[in-house]
Amino acid sequence: MAAAAELTPIEYISHHLSFFATPVGSGGFWTLHLDTLAVSLAVGVLGIGFLWWVVRGASAGVPNRRQAFVELAFEFVTSQAKTVFHHGDLHRFVAPTALTVFVWVLLMNAMDFLPVDWVALGTHHLSAHGFRIVPTADVNTTFALALTVWALMIYFNVAVKGLGGWLHELACAPFGIRPWWAAPFLVVFNLLFNFIEYVSKPLSHSLRLFGNMYAGEIIFLLLWIWAAHATFTGGFFSALGGVVSLLASIALGLGWAIFHILIVVLQAFIFMMLTVVYIALAHEHH
Amino acid sequence: MNINLSLIAQAIAFALFIWFTVRFVWPPLLRAIETRQKTIADGLAAAEQGRRSLELSSRQAEQTLREARDRAADIVAQAERRAAQLIEEAKAAARAEADRERAAARADIEQAIARAREQLRAEVAALVVAGAERILRREVDARAHAELLEAVKRQL
Repeated sequence: MAAAAELTPIEYISHHLSFFATPVGSGGFWTLHLDTLAVSLAVGVLGIGFLWWVVRGASAGVPNRRQAFVELAFEFVTSQAKTVFHHGDLHRFVAPTALTVFVWVLLMNAMDFLPVDWVALGTHHLSAHGFRIVPTADVNTTFALALTVWALMIYFNVAVKGLGGWLHELACAPFGIRPWWAAPFLVVFNLLFNFIEYVSKPLSHSLRLFGNMYAGEIIFLLLWIWAAHATFTGGFFSALGGVVSLLASIALGLGWAIFHILIVVLQAFIFMMLTVVYIALAHEHH
Repeated sequence: MNINLSLIAQAIAFALFIWFTVRFVWPPLLRAIETRQKTIADGLAAAEQGRRSLELSSRQAEQTLREARDRAADIVAQAERRAAQLIEEAKAAARAEADRERAAARADIEQAIARAREQLRAEVAALVVAGAERILRREVDARAHAELLEAVKRQL
């Protein structure tokens, strides 16, 4: 759709920002974003499947390059998790979870590098109304990840401290309940404080990733508009303007893509670290 | 921001990915890496052990060599002592033999001298008697004058 001159900039952007949504039953909440699901599952299966394919033939001797690459990721994740998690066997759950999060989020973020209009040439046949290829620029994905981590956090809270211990902590931390005459107020404050904390954790966790990826996508779209609306007809100056906007679009798009490499990796890393931190915090007694 | 069923689907996918990684991806890799770490640690320990035992055995070899050298020196010294002793013994035996032979010779000589003297004495006595006979021109009763002759003989 690079030559979709009949589209206005607003139409161009809103077209690229509409989901391939399919209602399941009554619509509304009961809708599936098939694009988000398809891309995230595809890159997840590819990424995790690649890891599985490599480690299935893992040698304890001299590793080949593939295995060395996977081991690099392994060492990276393990060393990062080790700095935060000191509550038992890292390798049983936390480190593999961190690896899953890192690989999956990194690959989903990396979809942002694909040139949207070229991808649209293919996906146009699937969905005429739009196809979003960056799953992490969909709040459903980031909330799904953050809420799953949130559920793990609560699970580990209960598993480590017991239900009673966790409820006690909710009521008695962080301000304590001494002196005794202030206890009722302090309990209220503690509960309020913990409530805010338990709400803000998944919100900040998911919206940070979503915001970054969504903004990245929008900036790409704004840059591509220049090229999408370059015209080469209607006289010399009009054609010159078209060439200039095409070149500017290419230069700025390249610059943003290079800078975006940092954002893609950094956001995946941050999401992974916060996952480890939240699970580690759930293991801590106050 | 339209939250919908995709959230649940994504959460399920995420949970499955985590389960898969925890169950199938992480353990083989961890096992391989830990086995390799153990192999390397064992190798290093074996190398250290080898180095130590080499040092020990070279020290032992040196000591054995030193002992052998000392023993050889002892044996040589003992042999020299024994040789000197043998020479001394031979010398002493030779000296004793020489002394004995000298003594025997001297005894022989003395005997010969005594014998010669005895003979001489007898001959002188006979000459004296003969001389006396001539002087006296008469027979001397040898028996009658035996005592006198003996006295003369003794004085010679």
